[in-house]
Amino acid sequence: MTPAELPLWAALPASLLLVTGGLLALLGSIGLLRFNNFYARIHAPTLANTLGAGCVLLASMLISSVNAGRPVIHEILITLFLVLTSPVTTMLLMRAAMFRRATGRDHKGTEAPPPAPETDRP
Amino acid sequence: MKQHFQPMLPVVLLGLWLLLNDSLAWHQWLIGAALALAIPKLANTLRPLPARPRRLVVAIGLVWHVLLDVIRSNIAVGRIILGTVRQQPQVGFLKIPLDMRTPHGLAVLSIIITATPGTVWAGHDQDSNELTLHVLDLQDEEVWLRTIKERYERPLMEIFG
Repeated sequence: MTPAELPLWAALPASLLLVTGGLLALLGSIGLLRFNNFYARIHAPTLANTLGAGCVLLASMLISSVNAGRPVIHEILITLFLVLTSPVTTMLLMRAAMFRRATGRDHKGTEAPPPAPETDRP
Repeated sequence: MKQHFQPMLPVVLLGLWLLLNDSLAWHQWLIGAALALAIPKLANTLRPLPARPRRLVVAIGLVWHVLLDVIRSNIAVGRIILGTVRQQPQVGFLKIPLDMRTPHGLAVLSIIITATPGTVWAGHDQDSNELTLHVLDLQDEEVWLRTIKERYERPLMEIFG
């Protein structure tokens, strides 16, 4: 499909949504870069994962629906699966970080160096 | 263990199948219906505790609230990220006592909290029924407490009973 086939009323909101989604993903990545510790960083990619992905999928629905001449909404499933699966990874990472902190091996590695040499790690 | 027929899961699975194939052709209805009836039967042995969601209106209201909150917190976290030029956010843990005991409600609550930018479900103590919440920018603890308890937990307790 070339962009010329798409009517303006669909192309305009679709590109706006795509740009917004892209900006949100960028913002999430900037957050990963800027935040100075793991606990803050874990929150940054959620931007791209929620509203960022939502914007891109909405744009996809709009363009496919216009191209097909009928409502195409199966992108909704991607949203559903994202919402169901991504929290699992996030929670796992969070629990792992908390466990490491509790056992004295801090996420930065430098802050709380283990007293014993690395070799006795199980 | 004889259970009376729960139409919820098969209906959702059938809808999922039709969406997945992006088709309403009769043979898709047929395959979808067969799968929708077979899968819950097989899954029952994996997870014998059936969920009994009620109050569709409350559920729709909850989804709407979550949608609004996700958009709102996207903006909030975006501003925090841009604000890191000046200062790092005040990350912190927060203990929230829950009243809800049903595992399905707790599972949905954990998904809502973690999927919303700025908060992550960091643990749950089964004995004290206390949720550990991790918040990106911990300014007002009272606001988080109220949001979780009233905006999410109460409707979930109504839905899952």
